[in-house]
Amino acid sequence: MSHQGELNVAPAGLSLSGNPEEELGSSKLAAFERGQYKKQRSLWNNAFRQFRRHKLAMAGLFVFCFFVLAVLIGPAIYPEEIDEIDFMNTSAGFTWAHPLGTDSLGQDILARILYGGRISLAVGVTAAFVAIMLGTVVGAVSGFFGGATDGVLMRITDLFISLPQVPLLLLITFLFKDSLVELFDRKFDNGNLGVFVLIVLVISILSWMPTARLVRASFLSLKEKEFIEAARAIGATRNALMFKHILPNVLSPIIVAATLAVGASIITESVLSFLGLGFPSDVPTWGRMLFDAKDYIQFHPHEAMIPGMAIFLTVLSINYIGDGLRDALDPRKSQ
Amino acid sequence: MAQYLIRRGIISIFTLIAISAVVFSILALAPGDPLAEYATNPNVPASLRQEIRKRFGIDDPVHVQYYKWARNYVQGDWGRSFASRGPVTDLVLGRLPVTLAIVGSSFLISLLIAIPIGVISALKQYSLFDQFATTFAFLGFSLPTFFSGLVIIVIFSVKLQWFPFVFDSTVTGFWPNIQQSIMPVSVLALAGSASLTRFVRASMLEVINQDFVRTARAKGLREKTVIMFHAVRNAMIPVVTIIALQIPEIFGGAIITEQIFRVPGIGSALILAIGGKDTPTVMAITFGIAILVVAFNVIADLVYAFLDPRIKLS
Repeated sequence: MSHQGELNVAPAGLSLSGNPEEELGSSKLAAFERGQYKKQRSLWNNAFRQFRRHKLAMAGLFVFCFFVLAVLIGPAIYPEEIDEIDFMNTSAGFTWAHPLGTDSLGQDILARILYGGRISLAVGVTAAFVAIMLGTVVGAVSGFFGGATDGVLMRITDLFISLPQVPLLLLITFLFKDSLVELFDRKFDNGNLGVFVLIVLVISILSWMPTARLVRASFLSLKEKEFIEAARAIGATRNALMFKHILPNVLSPIIVAATLAVGASIITESVLSFLGLGFPSDVPTWGRMLFDAKDYIQFHPHEAMIPGMAIFLTVLSINYIGDGLRDALDPRKSQ
Repeated sequence: MAQYLIRRGIISIFTLIAISAVVFSILALAPGDPLAEYATNPNVPASLRQEIRKRFGIDDPVHVQYYKWARNYVQGDWGRSFASRGPVTDLVLGRLPVTLAIVGSSFLISLLIAIPIGVISALKQYSLFDQFATTFAFLGFSLPTFFSGLVIIVIFSVKLQWFPFVFDSTVTGFWPNIQQSIMPVSVLALAGSASLTRFVRASMLEVINQDFVRTARAKGLREKTVIMFHAVRNAMIPVVTIIALQIPEIFGGAIITEQIFRVPGIGSALILAIGGKDTPTVMAITFGIAILVVAFNVIADLVYAFLDPRIKLS
């Protein structure tokens, strides 16, 4: 372990050499002003250090950040259009003009991947966020209050768990997409926003349950601990107890669950798009590109391989990050 | 035991009623009209449309429709498909064997792959084998089934020309059937075995570190006996529960795979029915899957209690 920046500072009142002059100057504040300081070892520092040791997780982080940067900056700097139809140049291979080739309408694949990636990632992150929020609230209320509230909420959770996921996903999206698009077209002049909202809602409604169970279990066990009893004794309000005292201790599994949920949501969104139930064809999410390309697999497989690899690599890196986080935040692992 | 079964049975029935109500309400709330196509057809006069609506009960209030559906369903009458006009029972039961064959065999294969790999992974933790197995597991559950399906089609059907592209359910004979099923089965098996391997490995790791294994070794039993007879058996208990709970998920996964390989099974029937707003078929298939989920939940608990004598079903 490197000791850079971690100069040992003698605690205030004690001096290294017994020299009274040094005694005065060896308080922590003075030492800090002299530039000698001990690096704080907080929970997050420890976790990050542990995370760094997990090579695949670091690789995953690197790849994921690369993808995020690519889709954020890419469309701004890459000159090709996403919907420039060029029948002279359909299903072309890799050329300098079109580094990733063109699809069946002659549209540049790289441009579409970069632009569509924004939406795929946005849907994934938003859906995971909503699902985690929902699950945390339900789990916290259920675990904290116990009794009848817990019973009712758990029955509802069990009901949602028993719902057949894929059929309902398809059903709801198919049935309500058109009317929602129309609604959003009228109110916000942006029908695709309606599709975005629908997909995010549908994915989150069907994936909040594991988080709820997780949070509930943690709340149930933490509720009985002494530090909560102490907080209650000094008069902490109910809200303070829940959000200031218990919740921060539950954060570790929630963070891991959130990370993995992003990957799952990205896959679910691409499944929906792949079955034709996602965004319309002028919005090139990665799943949609696969849908458009699946009929040309025999002769031009690269049209499907590229968006597929994009999804695969993104989700793979997210899963490795989640694994690394799980190891890093596990209190039983030695630091 | 009987008391437990009765109690679980009642809870399950309530759950199923709730699920069916939810699915039915979603279908009922949806905009759109299954008879919309008739509205523009000049050969269908308005009075005839009314007659059809009355016959199919489309204009009844929602709870009346639901009650009628429920009463019929329980008696085994699943209604007539809006699209094909034939009884839904025939449609579903006719497609069921194909799906069951593919789903069943992929499930068995994933068990055969996951359990040995998981056990050996746990025994040789952090070894090269373990690293490979873990990578394999990660790849397996990061690959969406539709993508692995497409990759397999490209490699084996297009480039190598080993297996046929499109599924033909009228094909007879053992070998041609295997030839065309191998791709969808391996796609599903890959996805299933990936997560199962992780579970088996984790469960095995927990068991090996327990005291009773150390005792068995100290007694002088051969390592093989210790592992196979004591450790694996105990490690399998939670795995069995997971397996029972995962079976309904496999049906969901099959829905996508059937689309890619054009297998005429339950999954593609569901997608066709959703697309055609064919309410009776959608209800029948969705509810069928829901019944499977609830049933396997109960089975999982029962098997768990059976295998682990420490669990008392109260």
